[in-house]
Amino acid sequence: MVPLSWYVAVACVLFTIGVIGVLACRRTIVILMAIELMLNAGNLLLVALAREFWSAQAQAIVLFVLAVAAAEVAVGLAIIVRMFELKGTLDIDEVNLMKW
Amino acid sequence: MDFLWTKHIWLIPFWPALGALANGVLIPRARKTLDVVSTVAIGSVAMSFLCTVFLTAELASLRIGNPAPVEYFRWIDAGDLRVPFALLFDPLSATMCLMVTGVGLLIHIYSMGYMAHDPDPGRFFTYLNLFMAMMLLLLLADSFLLMFVGWEGVGLCSYLLIGFWHRKESANRAGLKAFLVNRVGDAGFLMAMMLIFVTFGSLRFDEVLSNAAIRQASPTMLFAITALLFVGATGKSAQLPLHVWLPDAMEGPTPVSALIHAATMVTAGVYVVVRCAALYSAEGAASALVAWIGVITALLASLIALAQTDIKRVLAYSTISQLGYMFLACGVGAYVAAILHVVTHAFFKACLFLGAGSAMHGTGGQTDIRKMGGLAKTMPRTTVAFWIACLSIAGIAPLAGFVSKDEILHHVFVSTYAPARTLWTLAIITAFLTAVYMFRLFALTFHGDEQAMKRGAHAHESPSVMTIPLMMLAALAIVGGLALGLPYPPGLHLLNHFMRGWLIIGRHHGAEDTGGLGLALALAAIALAVAVSGAVLAFRFFRGPYRRVELLQRRLGFAYTLLSRKLYIDELYDIVIVGPAVGLSRLAADVTDTRGIDGIVHGAAAIAYRAGEGLRRLQTSHTRVYALAMLVGAVALVLYLARGMLF
Repeated sequence: MVPLSWYVAVACVLFTIGVIGVLACRRTIVILMAIELMLNAGNLLLVALAREFWSAQAQAIVLFVLAVAAAEVAVGLAIIVRMFELKGTLDIDEVNLMKW
Repeated sequence: MDFLWTKHIWLIPFWPALGALANGVLIPRARKTLDVVSTVAIGSVAMSFLCTVFLTAELASLRIGNPAPVEYFRWIDAGDLRVPFALLFDPLSATMCLMVTGVGLLIHIYSMGYMAHDPDPGRFFTYLNLFMAMMLLLLLADSFLLMFVGWEGVGLCSYLLIGFWHRKESANRAGLKAFLVNRVGDAGFLMAMMLIFVTFGSLRFDEVLSNAAIRQASPTMLFAITALLFVGATGKSAQLPLHVWLPDAMEGPTPVSALIHAATMVTAGVYVVVRCAALYSAEGAASALVAWIGVITALLASLIALAQTDIKRVLAYSTISQLGYMFLACGVGAYVAAILHVVTHAFFKACLFLGAGSAMHGTGGQTDIRKMGGLAKTMPRTTVAFWIACLSIAGIAPLAGFVSKDEILHHVFVSTYAPARTLWTLAIITAFLTAVYMFRLFALTFHGDEQAMKRGAHAHESPSVMTIPLMMLAALAIVGGLALGLPYPPGLHLLNHFMRGWLIIGRHHGAEDTGGLGLALALAAIALAVAVSGAVLAFRFFRGPYRRVELLQRRLGFAYTLLSRKLYIDELYDIVIVGPAVGLSRLAADVTDTRGIDGIVHGAAAIAYRAGEGLRRLQTSHTRVYALAMLVGAVALVLYLARGMLF
């Protein structure tokens, strides 16, 4: 039996990696992947806690998160494709039209 | 037949009101020709006149001294204040209404000729009819409040008609001046009305003006009420110190000057004082005030009239002076004499104004009497009518003006008020001056030296639609006095006889003993001698070469300047009242409003704008900066939620 604290630790590490990925990387694909990483860190935590506390609600939420994440990836990738078509680059810092 | 006119007083103001509605709103613009609008207007006033005649005949035949008011509907019912819409047709209002509708009818007919070339006769006759309706409401009202409605209504119409030629800057200013000066008087009337309600608990005439109610009121309160009512009267009737608007009101069309600013509206103040005779008789100090203001106004206005060069301004000051006589009569308790003078004055002054209008019409709008003259040959009918009216106002026996003025002088002389002789002396000086300025006006306008006669040769007589009303008014100016107020024997004084039931009031200054026939004849002889000498003197002098007139003016020097500048009263008011008021308005407009109130509004907008300017720099369009901000926010939120566990 793996103790709960290990799951929490792994989830924290994954989430931190995700945050750093979003803040530090300029490539849009990588940012999208880092966001996925953060979502899955959350999922992992939810599943672990669900087993610990025998909660069916938490498991249901995990399923919802998976579905929403899939949709989010689809929209995100579509945005990235359009962005590449317009700008010819995937660098997030190049996309800066929406300022004062 | 149980149809009683007495129940249908409302018909009198109804017809002109209907006429105003028709001319103003109902008739389509395209069909408002002079013929249509003047027929409607004249017809409505004629109907009103007929109703008044029938009502008066019935009133006389019923022989009721004080008929009860007729209540039509509940008007104001608020707590203790109960004012029904009620009209009262007693001898006083009957006399006034007959005068207003009769003279009004003649002036309406005259207007048809006078306004023939005006582009907007529809508006003119609408205002004129509205004025008639309001004036009749004022006279027929049975409560101070309803009277005030008419009072304000005639003020409004006066303003509209003075400024009728609204493209003229001076006409607009004159209208505004009349309105604003009248506001001062109206404020007095309003305050008097409030005090009346506080003191008597009612605004209806029969409840306020009863001797029983007056006996219970405190003398201080009575003085305040009567003095404030008189303030209202001085505003409407152009007495000192509120007389300044009337000469300027001559900017309006001449029929308006004749109807509103000579015959009817300006006598509303006299009517109010006479209507409240019961109050004034009970309060001696206020009566004395009325008498003194009256006689001083009469004297000063006649002095100013001596030096005016505008034909209508001379007549305006003459009106102020004659109104002063009426107030003098009221002040010594000679209320019937005051009303008699109101009526005869309406005849001869309307005739004078219409004559002046006819002269202006014939000379292409000339109003400067120095540039007129010699009209006697080319405008014979106008000249005769004007001459008769001049004789009448100057007080030549046995014309109307002589009869009523003599009655006032007589009452002043025998009044028990201590300085009655002083009042009488001032009044007789005024009578002399009246004859002088009227015949100066007559000589300069219709006669004059050879040069003037040549100028007059180009004039033309006015159409008969104008001269016939003129003739009729001249006829009234001859017989009006003797017919209404035959001085001897006492029983044949028609107005006294008609108003006897109404006049059961305690006289304060008025003496019961009139001093017998000998005194009356002596006084009449003095008045007549004064009038004739003034008239002959002025006519002979001003008929001659104008050089002599100019020489006299130079000799008089400052005295002449003082009079021709109207005693500098307008200038004084400009400095003391108008200047500070305009200054204060400027201060409010330029400083308080633009800097203060606008400053707050603009300042609030500027703060929001500047804040937006600064804050929008945060919108960098760097997605990763946004993400960092989100992270910081999320961490802060978590720390906040978990503060209990951490610390």
